Amino acid sequence: MILAVLEAHEGSLKKISAELCTAARKAQALLGQDGVALLLIGPDVAAADAAAALDCDLCLTVQGDAFSAYAAEAWAPAVAVAAKEVSAPLILLGSTSFGRDLAPRVAGVLEAGLLADVGDLELADGHLAAERSLYSGKVLAQVESLSSVTVATVRPNAFAPAGAKAAAPRRSLQVDVADAAVRCRVREVRRQAATRPELTEASVVVAGGRGMKDAEHFHLVEELADLLGAAVGTTRATVDAGWRPHSEQIGQTGKNIAPSLYINAGISGAVQHISGVLGSRTIVSINRDAEAPIFKISDYGVVGDAIEILPHLIEEVRKLS
Amino acid sequence: MQVVVLVKQVADTAARIKIADGKQDIDRQSASLIVNPYDEMAVEEALRIKEKHGATVWVVTLGEAKAEESLRTALAMGADEAARVTAPASDPLTAARALAQAVREIAADIVIAGRSAADDEQGQVGALVATLLGWPHVTEVTKLAFDGDKGVAEREVEGGVEVLDFSLPVVVTAQEGLNTPRYASLPGIMKAKRKEIRQITVDESTVGAPVLRTRSLELPPARGQGKILSGLEPAAAARELVRILHEEAKLI
Repeated sequence: MILAVLEAHEGSLKKISAELCTAARKAQALLGQDGVALLLIGPDVAAADAAAALDCDLCLTVQGDAFSAYAAEAWAPAVAVAAKEVSAPLILLGSTSFGRDLAPRVAGVLEAGLLADVGDLELADGHLAAERSLYSGKVLAQVESLSSVTVATVRPNAFAPAGAKAAAPRRSLQVDVADAAVRCRVREVRRQAATRPELTEASVVVAGGRGMKDAEHFHLVEELADLLGAAVGTTRATVDAGWRPHSEQIGQTGKNIAPSLYINAGISGAVQHISGVLGSRTIVSINRDAEAPIFKISDYGVVGDAIEILPHLIEEVRKLS
Repeated sequence: MQVVVLVKQVADTAARIKIADGKQDIDRQSASLIVNPYDEMAVEEALRIKEKHGATVWVVTLGEAKAEESLRTALAMGADEAARVTAPASDPLTAARALAQAVREIAADIVIAGRSAADDEQGQVGALVATLLGWPHVTEVTKLAFDGDKGVAEREVEGGVEVLDFSLPVVVTAQEGLNTPRYASLPGIMKAKRKEIRQITVDESTVGAPVLRTRSLELPPARGQGKILSGLEPAAAARELVRILHEEAKLI
């Protein structure tokens, strides 16, 4: 079976979990496997009900004292036990802060090839392979895994979330991890009050850059984002200037996004920013410089001052609802 | 206390990148080479640990003789010792095995690496080194503090900040926001020029076989030039853009 490692928060599955389920179904067909097993590790039992109801064939859970809070040293062997249980040739995780921390540890434990941050998987001469973006999006590489088990981290928004169906069978796995073997564990997660979707998960992102001229004008970006149910993003320049928090930064030293619609205003398109938005399905740009590099990757654009155009854009979008 | 910083010399992605004949690698001759930006943050953090708690800061790289430039940059910033590892490594796992061997030889207590390299953007080596050494790891750290053999790290996660407790030895990887790397001082640059670099050779039986292979490199397909509206008044431009997005593209 293909194994997908799910993510939950406070009793609910995260969006990436249902996307991984779809990715796993696709990989099942690709590799001629007999099913999809989902794995949920940790105390979030309520989320296990939601996991079993996803389009899968088996729902595995791992619980116990060692799994009270995230610890890569406990989670990685648990993933390895689950992979062995279902003879998984492929283990999928999200390319999320959780998946990026855990996946290389799993790969290390299994001495497996890790196809990191991929949007799709393929077979190349019998090996699992994926296209990866390197050098800030300037190079595309086809990378193949040579190991008998492969680990892959899947980019958020690369697959449609799987729907629900009749509950799949559940199996609880016993994984023994000695206390002494865990020397690093999450103590707490300080949640930021979220009024908007998370940047990497959002299907629409609205971002502003230097061309917004100052921090105050960002209320225009926020207003448009809220009308569209979008996340707010920005560039390194505005973060360095102290206008916006780093959590909103898109690009090489920030986050990679892959929404269906990416609207940006006052962003010229430095290579470091462009590398983080190339996964977007449609890019719409507003910039006063017709020669700005951002227009070279834009599907639609307006040449003009973002601060003058955004109020009209907000008004026109409001008319639609 | 020994702090080892793993640094990698990478092609500056802000400059032009050419793919070499054979499509297996980029043309390194024409590339402008720099220290991976996240690794500079790792060096800075190690220097701060040294200033606060006292430590010997080692910088270690894996690569050809030219990669020693990155070690000299880190020495000029204030690192104490440097080592270059030579090994037949071709993927993250084999690189991690070679680097783990160097970490053992130096008898490090803390290993700091960048969260990923700007060239291949794998983000694997730090956690792999930790796994091979049997140490804990924390990736993408934005805040780090030590108290004796214990430490606390923070990392940004979707919708919040994760706080982790750990004990030494540990591997952490540096994320943007951890610090602002210092510039090399002139005396530092002079000293770095003369510094002897320790050579560590790791053989094939230690690094083992690679588990990842690059089949080919390509330039990404150009995104076709889209529909760009120009010369319109702001109100008219906004109206037309929303009409296109709503009626033609059906995106909003």
